[in-house]
Amino acid sequence: MSQNTVQPKTKNKRLSRAVSNIEPSGIRRFFDLAANMEDCISLGVGEPDFVTPWNVREASMAALEQGYTSYTSNAGMFELRTAISEYMLDRFDVGYDPEEEVIVTVGASEAIDLAVRATIDPGDEVLVATPAFVSYEPLVTLSGAVPVPVAADASTDFKLTKERLEAAITDRSRAIILSFPNNPTGAVMNDVELQAIAEVAEAHDLLVFSDEIYAELSYDTEHTAFSTLEHMRDRTVLISGFSKAFAMTGWRLGFVCAPPDITQAMLKIHQYSLMCAPTQAQHGALEALRNGRGIVEKMTNSYRARRNYIVHALNEAGLSCRFPGGSFYAFPSVEVTGMDDETFAEQLLKEEKVAVVPGSVFGKGGEGHVRCSYATSMDALQIATARIEAFVHRHAQ
Amino acid sequence: MTKDKELELIRILEHHGRIGTDVLAKMLDENEDNVNACMKKLEDEKVILSYAALIDWTKVTTEDHIAAMIDVKVTPQREVGFDEVAARIQRFPEVTALYLMSGTYDLSVMVEGQTMEGVARFVSSKLSTLDAVLSTTTHFRLKKYKHDGVVFNQDEKDRRMVVSP
Repeated sequence: MSQNTVQPKTKNKRLSRAVSNIEPSGIRRFFDLAANMEDCISLGVGEPDFVTPWNVREASMAALEQGYTSYTSNAGMFELRTAISEYMLDRFDVGYDPEEEVIVTVGASEAIDLAVRATIDPGDEVLVATPAFVSYEPLVTLSGAVPVPVAADASTDFKLTKERLEAAITDRSRAIILSFPNNPTGAVMNDVELQAIAEVAEAHDLLVFSDEIYAELSYDTEHTAFSTLEHMRDRTVLISGFSKAFAMTGWRLGFVCAPPDITQAMLKIHQYSLMCAPTQAQHGALEALRNGRGIVEKMTNSYRARRNYIVHALNEAGLSCRFPGGSFYAFPSVEVTGMDDETFAEQLLKEEKVAVVPGSVFGKGGEGHVRCSYATSMDALQIATARIEAFVHRHAQ
Repeated sequence: MTKDKELELIRILEHHGRIGTDVLAKMLDENEDNVNACMKKLEDEKVILSYAALIDWTKVTTEDHIAAMIDVKVTPQREVGFDEVAARIQRFPEVTALYLMSGTYDLSVMVEGQTMEGVARFVSSKLSTLDAVLSTTTHFRLKKYKHDGVVFNQDEKDRRMVVSP
């Protein structure tokens, strides 16, 4: 059972049981520790270091000037949904009907929440490949269902295997949450590896919530959209957004593509809870899809070079680190220091003023590792890795 | 090194000319010797012409630093077109850049000097007196906002939280 489902020692009667049963994100503690530290170099940031491209910002401002300040349809501007549909087909070879199969959401985070709430009943089990983005398990818990972590840890090169998945399935299993390229490990799964997961999903009639927010940031291989796999389109909820690829984190704009029965169910929750995504942000996103693709390529090239640098530098510093195939995180082991990941991250912050995030906050499979974001300048990366090297040399056993 | 990596190396050096070859090797996931060899080859082939720093001179000197862009109309020469007159103009030390243009004039000449009089003297006594030059129009640069893709006086701070999901 997940740690998120453990009953609290004392229950505040004013709070719901569901909320009482989840813990705040473990990342928060490190934010508080690092926030007021001067000269701190942060490798703890989970967002691009680029500012949103100017043409996107300009399009959003132009929309404001032209008076686009009212609601859009619940599912989002039809023009934007059409652009999303064309983008997915062109870029990832998967087509969705903009009329019925695409919803514009308030970030991919909302899309995950909608997917779980629209399809999962209390008591159902949702399998989560971990380490994983910190929201998945709490969102499952908040819906009254039970998150079941399935280790995609260092022993499998941070990939989910058919065997591990099958071993975790019970009669109550309803869905799997996947995210490749992965936050925090940077792991990617190719079409053959994903096909094995697809076969398990089909055999056990599971839905697949595929968070593909980092799809554009795949460095060595073409990204495989899960719904392109055989028989998977009808059981996949594809989640993505503009935050990572287009450097638009603060805009809170995501989207979801799924078969019509699922999107229409999700739309009910979306329309009652949020009405629609912000209008100006939707205009910016439209510009991003129409004219931002070249900028994405430039940003991706920049991340690739920084990935190469940090992986070599971390290994030279003494921390064993695999080559991540996507996202913008390196996930080295801290075993050589004899410290657990929490202690390592805390001591590194105090002694060398370098912020990293302990892997265990992303689930059990992340223990013994730390997440290092390389979405920062080369200057910062060089200083940070030099400090890490000094730290490891002092503490290596 | 592969052509892709060579291109990547050029892209990095275009903006970060001072970066060490040890760092470049890591960025390219390559052997440092290969990086050195590739840079030497690119220098020999005149792909890499120089490793320059982009300076905001207004911050380091109080001396006047005048720059002008001069639109020049010329008579093209038989067989060599504009190249012969361009070759003559580019040899003047005052000229820092020279481009053949389409449109209402033929050559764009960037001139830099210490004083406005110096630039004016260059135009009137050296540039305009060339046989092929038909006319000149001089525009003095008042302020530099952006050059070679770099914004001057940019103070964009990293506004991201130190640690985030």
